[in-house]
Amino acid sequence: MIDFSYTVLILLIPLFMFLLIGLTSGKMKPALSGYIGTLAMSVVTLLSYYTAYQYFFNRPAGTEIFEKIVPFHTVWVHFTDTLYVDLGVLLDPISVMMLVVITTVSLMVHIYSIGYMHGEKGYSRFYAFLSLFSFSMLGLVVATNIFQMYMFWELVGVSSYLLISFYYEKPTAVSAGKKAFIVTRFADLGFLIGILILSYISGTFNFVELTDPQGALITQGTSLTFMGISALTWALTLIFMGGAGKSAMFPLHIWLPDAMEGPTPVSALIHAATMVVAGVYLVARLFPIYYFVVPDALTIVAYVGGFTSLFAAVIACTQTDIKRVLAFSTMSQIGYMMLALGVSGYGGEHGLGYMASMFHLFTHAMFKALLFLGAGAIIHAVHTNDMNHMGGLRKYLPITHITFLIATLTISGMPPFSAYFSKDEILVAAFEHDKFLFFIEYAVSGITAFYMFRLYFNVFWGKSTHYHHTPHESPLTMTVPLMILAVASMFTGFIPFNDLVTSNGAAFELHTDWSVAIPSVAIGLVGIAVAWIFYKKQSAIPDKLAVTFKYPYKWSFNKFYIDEVYLFVTKKIIFNRISAPVAWFDRHVVDASMNGISWVTNAISDQIKGLQSGQLQKYGFVFVSGVLILTFAFVYFLFN
Amino acid sequence: MLSEIPLSYFLVVSTLMFFIGIYGFLTRKNLITILMAVELILNSVNINFVAFNRYLFPNQLEGHFFSLFIIAVAAAEAAVAIAIIISVYRRYSNIDVERVDTMKY
Amino acid sequence: MDFLTLFVVVPVLTIFAIVFTKNMKQTRLVSAIGMGVQLILAIALVFMYLAEREAGNTAEMVFSHSYVWFESLNIQYIIGVDGISVAMILLAAIVVLTGIFASWQVDFLPREFFISLIFLSAGVFGFFISLDLFTMFLFYEVAVIPMYLLIGIWGTGPKEYSAMKLTLMLMGASALLLVGLLGIYFNSNAGGGDLTFNILEIAKVNIPMSAQRMFFPMTFIGFGVLGALFPFHTWSPDGHASAPTAVSMLHAGVLMKLGGYGAFRVAMYLMPDAAQEMAWIFLILTGISVVYGAFGAIFQKDLKYINAYSSVSHCGLVLFAILMMNKTALNGAILQMISHGLMTALFFALIGMIYGRTHTRMINQLGGLMKIMPVLSVSYVIAGLASLGLPGLSGFIAEMTIFFGAFQHPDVFHRVLTITAAASIVITAVYILRVVGQILYGPVTNEHYLKLDDAHWYERVSTGVLIVAIAGIGIAPLWLSDMINDSLNPIVHQLMQAIVK
Repeated sequence: MIDFSYTVLILLIPLFMFLLIGLTSGKMKPALSGYIGTLAMSVVTLLSYYTAYQYFFNRPAGTEIFEKIVPFHTVWVHFTDTLYVDLGVLLDPISVMMLVVITTVSLMVHIYSIGYMHGEKGYSRFYAFLSLFSFSMLGLVVATNIFQMYMFWELVGVSSYLLISFYYEKPTAVSAGKKAFIVTRFADLGFLIGILILSYISGTFNFVELTDPQGALITQGTSLTFMGISALTWALTLIFMGGAGKSAMFPLHIWLPDAMEGPTPVSALIHAATMVVAGVYLVARLFPIYYFVVPDALTIVAYVGGFTSLFAAVIACTQTDIKRVLAFSTMSQIGYMMLALGVSGYGGEHGLGYMASMFHLFTHAMFKALLFLGAGAIIHAVHTNDMNHMGGLRKYLPITHITFLIATLTISGMPPFSAYFSKDEILVAAFEHDKFLFFIEYAVSGITAFYMFRLYFNVFWGKSTHYHHTPHESPLTMTVPLMILAVASMFTGFIPFNDLVTSNGAAFELHTDWSVAIPSVAIGLVGIAVAWIFYKKQSAIPDKLAVTFKYPYKWSFNKFYIDEVYLFVTKKIIFNRISAPVAWFDRHVVDASMNGISWVTNAISDQIKGLQSGQLQKYGFVFVSGVLILTFAFVYFLFN
Repeated sequence: MLSEIPLSYFLVVSTLMFFIGIYGFLTRKNLITILMAVELILNSVNINFVAFNRYLFPNQLEGHFFSLFIIAVAAAEAAVAIAIIISVYRRYSNIDVERVDTMKY
Repeated sequence: MDFLTLFVVVPVLTIFAIVFTKNMKQTRLVSAIGMGVQLILAIALVFMYLAEREAGNTAEMVFSHSYVWFESLNIQYIIGVDGISVAMILLAAIVVLTGIFASWQVDFLPREFFISLIFLSAGVFGFFISLDLFTMFLFYEVAVIPMYLLIGIWGTGPKEYSAMKLTLMLMGASALLLVGLLGIYFNSNAGGGDLTFNILEIAKVNIPMSAQRMFFPMTFIGFGVLGALFPFHTWSPDGHASAPTAVSMLHAGVLMKLGGYGAFRVAMYLMPDAAQEMAWIFLILTGISVVYGAFGAIFQKDLKYINAYSSVSHCGLVLFAILMMNKTALNGAILQMISHGLMTALFFALIGMIYGRTHTRMINQLGGLMKIMPVLSVSYVIAGLASLGLPGLSGFIAEMTIFFGAFQHPDVFHRVLTITAAASIVITAVYILRVVGQILYGPVTNEHYLKLDDAHWYERVSTGVLIVAIAGIGIAPLWLSDMINDSLNPIVHQLMQAIVK
């Protein structure tokens, strides 16, 4: 058995860095905090790579499948005699893979930010938050139990909030952070209730026990029902709700586009590569339960994923803010991953969708981080997010241009770049399981190619816009991460995921299904061609189309008015129709009745205070009459 | 000779005096008159004390002592009351009892 | 003299010392020293208690002593602590000390102010150590009365009105409570023997059901009013809004805990049968408290009102958990009391400090404070995050223990209610983030604010101690949770027996 107990350092180093940078911020030179933060992160990255190497390629001889290993755990708190919370590290294929993804992207973002955030106010605060986020995200993926996962889940939510609101003097950034936190918090409520039900039924939080196909939960299920539906279906659907919130699935997606108010490196790290895939990771983590016990919930997962991917892709076609286009494309790609999980089976080749989902998660992290960091470089150069104010940038930003092109080709699914392989597997899995979803995804890959190349052409080709000052290529700290990620986007597709990350840990054979692969490349090419015609040179076609399809265009441009619906619900209903009446009720009914008691007392005393007139003779009169009456009464009763 | 006058005669007189005093106390507005009315009440009690003592317990003297006490206390009381009345006069420039109602609610 | 009595003696000695001080500087120094000693004693008590348990002492109450002080009615001064009271004493000591530091600049009648404050704290400590109903009630009154003076004299806004309202409502409650306690007393010889006020003695007796039915609601409501039980919570917003900083801290931080503590130590422990029977009524009321307080807080504009309503919601959760009557939920209730005590104290301290600088508490008049006073603002964010239940801070573990405990209840009604209560965490997030976004972030609304300074050393001490305590409990809750857990056994045992019957 290999000793993995050092993996706890992967968590502790970022935590320590958060405390160190956070507490010394203001006293330490800002630049220093950037360097030590990056240094610490590279140590963590190396540790993760070493862990991955040890885990995947150095497993004990004779074991066929990748086991779940818990090298470290400690009791955090007891709830009941049987239900307790551990803090620990769980290593299995997906968590090790996530370690690699997170540390890689995080390290790239750390390096990149040295250049990007240079001279910004709150530079060390930024690095403190990045460390906090890395800690929370790593803690999330290595969680040994669902409660630990929930804890770190909340922590990543807060890190995300803090980083979105990083420019706290900008009202839009503040409200975007607030929105992100509250929407995900609402979704997390579902997660929490799901855990409550799940732990009530199973009596444990532990993933190893929960997801064991021979374990009590999966073999026995539960007889509990609520409103005619099995309690476990409720639980896992609610848990998926948590995942959907974090992963920006329809209809809980509204926070993600706004989250782009945060600094671009943050968007790359949190809102593209790592945190937003936590929902996918959650479903993957609990996959055996979904598959064996509650297939209905799994169908929901598949359809929500499928719908979101289409929905987001359509919106992405009309947005003009480059970061928002990327945000919608992220939603769309995560929809793919969810769908892949939703159509997957368990074990060996049946688990193709599971494998494909994790594979796509991995490649997506690389190319989407690259796209965001590239977008950051563009924004850094021209100081705007709006692609209408860009054009012809390929002359000024050669490195950014090439890497961005690689990423765009990758996301469009062009061979031999990485996403070609992962997306292809997803399509195959969907094709085998559900033809309807397959056609949706098939269409989405065409739309994806279209809107990504629309972005690409608009920014790097087309009209050459007049800039206030000539844009220039970013410093090395920014371009080196771009190049590294570009290499990763090109070659990670060759990693044999079918041997490494599978639903039950066992390797299986992979066949290329040409009947799916060739059409998918073809539709990607069609999308690129359309974009080429529309946007390579300035052309009137897009505007004409926008006029012809006025309403669809308007709806897509306004993101189908989902934001407005939310605004209506929160502002009009919760604030004005619930909260205001509650406040009014409290003041004018509850409090008034308390005041009423004192008012009644007061009123009575007001009525009888006249007796205390201060007139001596009145008192005397009352006194004397009283005595007389008493005397007569006394005499009368005594002698009768 | 005294024994020929029944006790009830004394009691009728003292009762009359008492109620005249009460009447004066309740109706007069002048503080001095009120004080005089109070003296009437006290003296009616004195009559009672003395009369009861004489008729019921001729061998004892408590009733007489009580009336002496009351006379002494009444004198002291008159002194204090007149002092108060003078202060009232200084404050209100008259001694009308209805004006002195500061101690109300 | 025994160790526990020191907790009452130290404040009294401090008061005597304050009488002889000459100016504000001496007064506050003496107060800080006195309460510092008190905190050290409290920490020592925790260690002594743990050592005692480690050594195998399984008595229900340790360090206990009793002295008869009114023989004909069998009133005794009985003291003793278990893990719960130890935890509450620690909480009280922390909040009182930080309260002293938060009122470092009180310059109007400082001696009288600190004397009242410390007198109040003596009542609180006495309440937590006493095991005799009458003595307990006595200390309870001692803790409530100085509140009137503190708010009426040193308060702001409509202070007489608020002080009067608070005192009258609490007095009304204690009238009810007194009847309840006397009811318990006169039924305490049901098993034969003398009438007694001794809690441990009464616990062994089965109070007749008819008496329980009458006196349980009285006692529970009597304590519940102090714990902001809906609909008797309205003293809280007005009282807090007018109270000076340290008083708000002590009141929300410690005094409201007297309610929760009394509700389960007296009402539930001594009358478990009626508790089982009537719990559902109060569960609905507290369930309303939890959600209603949170919704009420969304709409408020005054920082103190927001926190007062938030306290209604959080303290509602305490009573809610107590009524769930299982060990986990009760443990959660105690943790929530401690957590809420610390974090509300922090909130009110910070609000006082912000108010002291900007002279307004209206959130629409404040803005961009993060830039001007980063230390205070970061502390405020931490308090907010603790309040909305961020893991790693104390609020999370407390709420989770409550939810997971309450959800273990076999009855569907209770579980649905638990989910309803859990929904309040979303609403909490809404009002906390709204406040943070409005007053700390965004552009600076008033340029006068740019000249304001950040936290002074005494303010840093005050907030720092509270933050360390909050984070300490949040990161390593095990020792506290275990300490409380062991002490819950007798109470849970009582309640379980009631179910069996």
